[in-house]
Amino acid sequence: MNLSEKIMAGTPVSSFKTLDTSVLLDRAGMLLVFVALFIACSVFVDNFLSWRNMAGLSLAISMAGMVSCSMLLCIASGNFDLSVGSVIAASGCMAAVVINLTGSVVIGILAGLGLGVVVGLINGFVFAKLGINAFITTLATMQMARGFGYIIAGGKAVGITNSDFFVIGTTYFLGLPTPVWLTLATFVVFGWLINYTEFGRNILAIGGNEEAARLAGVPVVRTKIWIFVIHGVMSALAGVVLASRMTSGQPMTAIGFEMTAISACVLGGVSLAGGIGKISYVIAGVLILGTVENSMNLLNINPFYQYLVRGTILLVAVIFDKYKRISSI
Amino acid sequence: MALGSTVQPSTPYLEFVHISKSFPGVRALEDVSFGVHSGSVRALVGENGAGKSTLLKVLSGVYRPTSGCLKIDGSERTFSETSDSLAAGISVIYQELVTVPKLRVAENLFLGHLPRRRGMVDYRRLYEDARHALDSLADDIDPRTPLGRLSIGQQQMTEIAKALTRGSRILAFDEPTSSLSAREIEKLFAVISRLRDEGRTILYVSHRMEEIFRICDSATVFKDGRHVETFNSMDDLTQDILINRMVGRDIKDVYNYSPRTHGDVTIEVRNMTGPGLRKPVSLAARSGEILGLFGLVGAGRTELLKLIYGATRRAGGEILLNGVPIDIGTPRDAIDHGIVFCSENRKAEGIIPLGSVQENINISARRRHGHRFGIINESWERRNAREQVRALDVRTPGLEQKLCNLSGGNQQKVILARWLSDQMTVILFDDPTRGIDGGARSEIYGLIRSLAERGVTVLMGSSDLPEVLGVSDRIAVMRDGSLSGIVERTDASEQKLLSMALPV
Repeated sequence: MNLSEKIMAGTPVSSFKTLDTSVLLDRAGMLLVFVALFIACSVFVDNFLSWRNMAGLSLAISMAGMVSCSMLLCIASGNFDLSVGSVIAASGCMAAVVINLTGSVVIGILAGLGLGVVVGLINGFVFAKLGINAFITTLATMQMARGFGYIIAGGKAVGITNSDFFVIGTTYFLGLPTPVWLTLATFVVFGWLINYTEFGRNILAIGGNEEAARLAGVPVVRTKIWIFVIHGVMSALAGVVLASRMTSGQPMTAIGFEMTAISACVLGGVSLAGGIGKISYVIAGVLILGTVENSMNLLNINPFYQYLVRGTILLVAVIFDKYKRISSI
Repeated sequence: MALGSTVQPSTPYLEFVHISKSFPGVRALEDVSFGVHSGSVRALVGENGAGKSTLLKVLSGVYRPTSGCLKIDGSERTFSETSDSLAAGISVIYQELVTVPKLRVAENLFLGHLPRRRGMVDYRRLYEDARHALDSLADDIDPRTPLGRLSIGQQQMTEIAKALTRGSRILAFDEPTSSLSAREIEKLFAVISRLRDEGRTILYVSHRMEEIFRICDSATVFKDGRHVETFNSMDDLTQDILINRMVGRDIKDVYNYSPRTHGDVTIEVRNMTGPGLRKPVSLAARSGEILGLFGLVGAGRTELLKLIYGATRRAGGEILLNGVPIDIGTPRDAIDHGIVFCSENRKAEGIIPLGSVQENINISARRRHGHRFGIINESWERRNAREQVRALDVRTPGLEQKLCNLSGGNQQKVILARWLSDQMTVILFDDPTRGIDGGARSEIYGLIRSLAERGVTVLMGSSDLPEVLGVSDRIAVMRDGSLSGIVERTDASEQKLLSMALPV
């Protein structure tokens, strides 16, 4: 195992001696579930294993992967952020409008990301500094960002004229779509962040016992604000990539995407109570969720039923999380 | 001597039969068997991590034993959750209280079976019943007060009242007196002997030997998760024998005081005001000095320490370090100035329960020693954690062990290790030995002493008179949110301190 693989597995470099079966199950349990699911889909779902479908699947997963990484930080600190979907849409529109206005791809991307920073700062400040409940805070900014997206887009999709921008979303590198590479990079960066930086450890400490963390000198307010800013930026990045893939900024896109990100994290094993979070969990959750959705599409399952399935998966994941917490006492 | 002796029936009312409990990497209980007769008070004694708390959790259904079973009145019982244990007539009053602080006292007392009239809560009856339940324990508690506003001592009384309203046949007390005032302790003992005379079965976990010899009829000693010996009568037993069986060594003077030379004044507090203080407080302490901070529950010790530490925002006043005014707005500021704090409330304010031992040790110091640019230096982290664990003799199966799986005393050592990983000028201890027993207690005193010998200024809040007298060079006494005086060690006596601490 080289270093980056260890990061991906969420394994502290030092603790290999203690690997026994239960630890192994905890670390790789949901990844094994994914492997089983993948094999089952390959056997039973027509066209699943086709090259074309795999590319589509990886693209579909890429956006969820990016956003779930930063959602991991939120959830591990004992909170969550509902404004994701709206930020994705609004930042895509922002990038589109600014590119059309200035003709500069770089300025457009920066404007899109800037929007994520602003929403993240608002979330972080209101939640961490003013002490308002994260649910209400991000519910409000979710509405605001969605509205802002519609306003700047003029209520409809904004086609992008500068085709240089499409490089991010539509090109391939070494046989994989560029967004997939971006997502892989995100996994590595966030895995490193949570395992190997003080920031990451502080997040887990806050999620585990906020008052104890504060009394131990952890800058709780600052850390929380950073979490939301990073989450805003990652959502915006996902929005920009999406706009590039669709060659337009669409204000009505990614509705309900916060559910996807939260589901992926919880499904993979990130505890909703906070204090526990590994990048391997997120990867497993994203892969499982993406595979299920992809197979449902291939099987031509009515979208209405897909909602039902997604909701059920989230519910089962939460119940499983609860059960796991009780048995670990 | 016990309060009285009763005729004991032939079969024990409560029996532990070959109980074992393992956690990943830890054997908390190993083949524990003993019985307790009804109408008696049984002391459970042992060092930290000896297994007493785990045993109580098995009794209350929090843990399911890995093997073995419980027998109540001769019939075998298994509890899969705490409600099963409650239904079997068992109440455990824990050291760390489990309550709903925002609900009123009365609601806490009858939670789950509130009196009802026409489908709605009958508040008049609720308050009457609560009043009645509290009468024999604490008549100073208004059942309408939100529980969180009571002192820890009063909350504990409420917990006991709750057990009594449930009509429990078996009551287990886990360190019930650690936060109680002398008066409250007297009341508690009166209640316990009444319960015993009513024929209930009582388990009493405590580290305070005087209490055990006063209130208990028999004693069971634990060591390292094993049952060592049960003494069916306290008559031939002495404190020395008991302690000897607990630790396998004699403890003579646990405090081991010897005079030190003190340096210059390090920390000075001028006219401190804030939540919990009624009058401005001023005091100063020198390098190498241990300043005891004595006061009854609710006198403002904890509040003062937290104000100094920046954990609560002060309303006014100044803090000077080595003669220079410093600005402490948050605990982080205090730590940066070398002022550190150990809370009396480990569970809520000390430990990161799911964090590993290593993580809990390094969380504060790493930013000055462990890393550059916010990146963790794994080898420093491991080395420091290993050194601290060895130096403080933390009993843990490994550095990766989650801290919540360790015993209270070992958790306290880990918190200490956190601060010992860094340079400090002043350490603020709040009740450093709360819920910690004989052997580990003297280890903690030894640590406090060695800190002072290294020139650290120690402020030690405590409500334990012998402890304050045994450890401190000077003693500041608090009463009702103000400082009632500072006494030199040589002038201090239990009577004097108590008279300064008792409300006038």
